[in-house]
Amino acid sequence: MSKRVVITGLGVVSPNGMNVPDFLHSIKNGISGIKYVPLFEELKFNCQVCGMPEFEWEQLRNYITETSLYGLKGKGIAFGIKAALDAWMDAGNPIVSDETLYETGCVFGSSVADTDVIKNAINRVDAKESKKLGSRVVEQIMNSGVTAYISGRLGLGNKIISNSSACATGTQAILMGYEYIKYGMAKRMVVGSSEYVDSYVFGAFDSMRVLSRKFNDEPEKASRPMSISAGGFVPGSGAGALILEDLDLALARGAKIYAEVLGGSNNSGGQRSGGTMTAPAAAGVVRCISEAMTQANIKAEEIDLISGHLTATIADKQEIQNWADALNRKGADFPMVNSLKSMIGHCLSAAGSIETVAAVLQIEHQFVHPNINIEDPNPEIIDLITANNLPTNMVNKEINVLAKANFGFGDVNTCLIISKYK
Amino acid sequence: MDRNAILNELKKVLAPYTENKELLNGITEETDLIKDLKINSANLVDIIIDAESAYNIEIDFDSAEKMYLVGNCIDVILDKMNQSA
Repeated sequence: MSKRVVITGLGVVSPNGMNVPDFLHSIKNGISGIKYVPLFEELKFNCQVCGMPEFEWEQLRNYITETSLYGLKGKGIAFGIKAALDAWMDAGNPIVSDETLYETGCVFGSSVADTDVIKNAINRVDAKESKKLGSRVVEQIMNSGVTAYISGRLGLGNKIISNSSACATGTQAILMGYEYIKYGMAKRMVVGSSEYVDSYVFGAFDSMRVLSRKFNDEPEKASRPMSISAGGFVPGSGAGALILEDLDLALARGAKIYAEVLGGSNNSGGQRSGGTMTAPAAAGVVRCISEAMTQANIKAEEIDLISGHLTATIADKQEIQNWADALNRKGADFPMVNSLKSMIGHCLSAAGSIETVAAVLQIEHQFVHPNINIEDPNPEIIDLITANNLPTNMVNKEINVLAKANFGFGDVNTCLIISKYK
Repeated sequence: MDRNAILNELKKVLAPYTENKELLNGITEETDLIKDLKINSANLVDIIIDAESAYNIEIDFDSAEKMYLVGNCIDVILDKMNQSA
């Protein structure tokens, strides 16, 4: 028998908010977290802006032990720890448990293990000083570093999985956690993802000529999903985390229930029929969205809001077309659409989880966050779904069912259907 | 440098790896790093690296294996300092 799965805790480390209340304020008011980075100009990057959380190591002081904090250098891990533990506490749980929690697991993803830590290892080894690396490097450069820290701190004893599927990582982690609970393999899952985009990863994207480069002197305008002047995405960093819980457990312990995960789908276009390493096949995306609706047992007309992937590249138009095809809705009949990336940029692996936290907040507080930087929307998108469905200011609106999707390099797709808990 | 001076300096080297800093106040030459100070055994290599840097010495594998009591640590440090002097 399958279980209902609800969301009982949220945590976020975002370029426009270091905690859920600040983040909620920012997304309601269209506050950008994109800033100019002098180092990027020095490094001769085309894109010289990014979204970086205002993180300081001191913020982790009460999250992990002092001995563990000493020697922790990986920022992606740090963002993940903060978001995950905030979500855990938000769900009403104490951080420290003496017992192993065998019914609680963790699926937390990232794209690149911390390259700052790797750089240190490379420099030391090349200088014939490997002896000085010490005991704390391996745990931070292993891809499972972030889950190792989170699960160790909380004493989690169910499945502990570090997933990675590029920009679909965050929503994939949530879907995996959902499925384990749905099919009775776990009672509770800490799910989410984190990403720290340092200069090396940033430079590699910059070289692909896919980043925003025309708004370096106006950073807050640089991330422009669905705008005709969108000229590439703005990399962002951060983490998002959710506590997923078997409804019976949540009810039994009187937990606050934010929303319910109704279902989802994770697939690939197989890099066929127009799908490539870097571009999704339309048929795969449409199938992913359709399967998600089937799994969630909802009809297309029930969707009140789409939280798109919408990165601010030429792919935005095709993405809207794919949604229209999958939902068989267009014009005024299309649901409202927004892209959090207009405010925080594209947080790669962290995008899906931060955007899902935003999605859940929109369900909880019944609003649609604005799309900023869309004063000049792409006319082809407007033709397809009308300007009314691209709100530029916050809209108070009943949101019962929300579709959230992300599409990643490797032609991988994830779509989640989340609803108000009833 | 006498044993007592090294013991006092060793407290600073051990501090980042000792969760309960109060335990450091009572350390003697008989204090066991893992059993008494509850230091994670993986961190012994970090303590050795820090001690090498603090005293400008090199601690080989065989010597490192002896460093489980504070007194053993002082023995090794003094021995290596005398070698390099």
